[in-house]
Amino acid sequence: MFGRRGQFGSQADRTTFRTLHTASLMTATLRDGLSRTTAEQSVRHMRTLVSAPAVAVTDTERLLAWDGVRSAHGRHAADLAHEVSTYGAATVVPHNRFDCGDAQCALRQAIVAPLSVGERVVGTLQVFTQQASAGRVRAATEVARWVSAQLELGELDSSRQRLMAAEVKALRAQISPHFVYNSLTAIASFVRTDPDRARDLLIDFADFTRYSFRKLGDYTTLEEELSSIQRYLVLEQARFGSRLGVTLQIAPEVLPVTIPVLSLQPLVENAVRHGLAPKPEGGSVTISARDLDREAVITIDDDGVGEDPERIRRVLSGDATLDSVGLANVDERLRSSFGDDYGLVVETAPGAGTRVTVRVPKYAAGVRP
Amino acid sequence: MRDLAGTLSVIAIAAVALLTLAVGVFGLRISRTTSDFYVASRTVGPTVNAAAISGEYLSAASFLGVAGLIAARGPDMLWYPVGWTAGYLVLLLFVAAPLRRSRAYTVPDFAEFRLESSAARSTSSVLVVLIAVFYLVPQLRGAGLTVQILTGAPSWVGAGIVGVVVLVNVAAGGMRSITLVQAVQYWIKLVALVLPLAVILVLRSGGVHGAIHRIHAADWGSDWAPGGHSLYLTYSLIAATFLGTMGLPHVVVRYYTNNDGRTARRTTVVVIALLSAFYVLPPVYAGLARGYLHGSGNTDTIILGLPSAVLGGQLGDVLTAVLAAGAFAAFLSTSSGLVVSVAGVVGQDVLGRRIDAVPAFRMAAMLATVGALVLTAASSGLSVAHAVELAFAVSASTFCPLLLLGIWWRGLTGPGAIAGLVAGGGLSVAAVVAASVGATATGFLGDVLAQPALCTVPVAFVVMVGVSLATARHRPEHVARTLVRLHTPEAIQVDRGGFRARGSME
Repeated sequence: MFGRRGQFGSQADRTTFRTLHTASLMTATLRDGLSRTTAEQSVRHMRTLVSAPAVAVTDTERLLAWDGVRSAHGRHAADLAHEVSTYGAATVVPHNRFDCGDAQCALRQAIVAPLSVGERVVGTLQVFTQQASAGRVRAATEVARWVSAQLELGELDSSRQRLMAAEVKALRAQISPHFVYNSLTAIASFVRTDPDRARDLLIDFADFTRYSFRKLGDYTTLEEELSSIQRYLVLEQARFGSRLGVTLQIAPEVLPVTIPVLSLQPLVENAVRHGLAPKPEGGSVTISARDLDREAVITIDDDGVGEDPERIRRVLSGDATLDSVGLANVDERLRSSFGDDYGLVVETAPGAGTRVTVRVPKYAAGVRP
Repeated sequence: MRDLAGTLSVIAIAAVALLTLAVGVFGLRISRTTSDFYVASRTVGPTVNAAAISGEYLSAASFLGVAGLIAARGPDMLWYPVGWTAGYLVLLLFVAAPLRRSRAYTVPDFAEFRLESSAARSTSSVLVVLIAVFYLVPQLRGAGLTVQILTGAPSWVGAGIVGVVVLVNVAAGGMRSITLVQAVQYWIKLVALVLPLAVILVLRSGGVHGAIHRIHAADWGSDWAPGGHSLYLTYSLIAATFLGTMGLPHVVVRYYTNNDGRTARRTTVVVIALLSAFYVLPPVYAGLARGYLHGSGNTDTIILGLPSAVLGGQLGDVLTAVLAAGAFAAFLSTSSGLVVSVAGVVGQDVLGRRIDAVPAFRMAAMLATVGALVLTAASSGLSVAHAVELAFAVSASTFCPLLLLGIWWRGLTGPGAIAGLVAGGGLSVAAVVAASVGATATGFLGDVLAQPALCTVPVAFVVMVGVSLATARHRPEHVARTLVRLHTPEAIQVDRGGFRARGSME
């Protein structure tokens, strides 16, 4: 495989390599789906594969890209596509169906092969040629089939991404029912004795839910995430009273850092629900953010009951049967935003409290479309 | 210098060094510890941030060098303080807000963000290191001279003190100097300069009127050495200082602390006001120095000799110590900022792939400081202010075209930017190195070596535009979206693609 050019195998081998190379040039493009841009980028490779004077790619309605001679024929491509896309197999169309008025026109026949994803025809590959031999038709059909396979893989990619987005959305909508119930009960208990406080708490509750249901964009600043955490903690404090202490140690330089929406609040909620709530005398949560030049380091400490490290390991490796869905999801989202170096670090032991550390880069190339 | 002045100055310098170390070591504890979310999550306001930028920016060149140059070479040298302030005007008009909206922390980040090219990032990283080291050398040199003139110790002592304090500080975890501390630094420097001046004016010169009279009486018309192409030199100085500020590594990172584009602009306006107030003082010192010292002595340390020459006695010694303390505050704050910038780049982009982040950062800081110390020892007697201005020239010939074209011209491509950076950077660095080792030439070439910016900045622009036009098909894929993000105020809700700006919730 890595020999010198002269020892590259027989003529047939070289043809195969060339074909595979041409095909591989299109792979990445076609995975993005069938559009004007991707068609324009890949149409000349398709022409190389079928070695015809002209090739067109259409979707079901219009011409996307044309490569080769006599591009004036492009205006007929849409009509041809329309006809064929309704019924499925490759067909050969004579020149009079796409007449350009030139009797000497080199493109006497067109082979129109459908491109399909699953059962659905999404476009056509049209090969214009002097003579549609059986070999040509076969080549056109095979290329169309290969392109269809790539488009299908692309569809798979994007549906996987959609699934992940849906998962994130589901999690975001999933404010714990316990939390809603407990908060409302706590607020109710203040309605008679301290109406002003009850009103403030209700507003906090409304703001917190609005932040949690947010649709636009997946990222926010540390500053905004902290204010959401504040609302959450105010509501929890209404229930726990003096049993829940909070300390903050925030370097103001890192407040503009970009983080995924709701990447810290679940960690604080975890500390309160699993760390402090089971402890009769209560405890306190410490949230700190430090500035380490290119990174911000955020830690969430609690002096609660702690946890078996083995269990945390299972949660982080994705064991869905356990209760801490939030932890694994935050870990996943941090890694997919900033890279595998930026996962959660959890230090805990039974009876020793828990410390969760999050590192966030101040600038990440991936945090954009 | 007499013994008392020396002793007092050593005490003052030691106090400043220890204070800096203490803040570095205990820095985290003075960041806000509270259970009050409102207090804890309040971002740094434009005024504090502007004072921090000014505090870090006012270096040895501003504190000592400018006054000496004006006293020795006359009013032409006023362009130094004017340019160092006006650079922020260019920054305000064309760069501050878009740079903030890009959410880039450093110029290499911006290059990667705008050009979507890791090669452009690496090229910028190399230039950050070069600019920071060129800027670091005059700081160390200034420290050496100050200690030498006050105590008679060899000049490497002062440079070594600054190097060690900065290194210990950086290694002890005060990685990024704290905004509030830097803000206080500005006021310390201002007071250290105002106090001796006020005493001198009130006691000896008959107040402000007397001082003005004396400045008028000083002989401003003769014995300057302007050189054959002084007009070229002046314009080149203006080009370097006006356009170089926007690319300084320790200034750019401070803009990250701003909340949004609007705050970035406000911060810059306050910076201009603070610097203007500060830069009134060095020319007054220069005038007094001409009146009292008649231009004798090393230009870089003229103002240190002034209190003793004017007042004499214990009061003069005390005021000299105040000036020495202020000067050391200037060396330390600027040097820390620069070392942290270099260490960040080298630690992340060079060493970080092989070893852990924190040891990599410390090792990089060590390398940068030692490298700058060696260069300081090797470089010839360039005046401090001129050496700093050469660092500006490199910045103006590289990052200025990158930022201006990157922000305002959609046609800039990765290959174009790299070609421009290499061309402008190569030429200006060659000139700086030649000037530092004491190489000289005659005629116009000599002037170009002394002040390269007016030649190298246009070259960088032309190469960047030309190569970008030739490589138009390498335009970054998301350039339209990038420019929308750079130029749309945060309050306006548009699709920025994957990122939601502050305050646009509904």
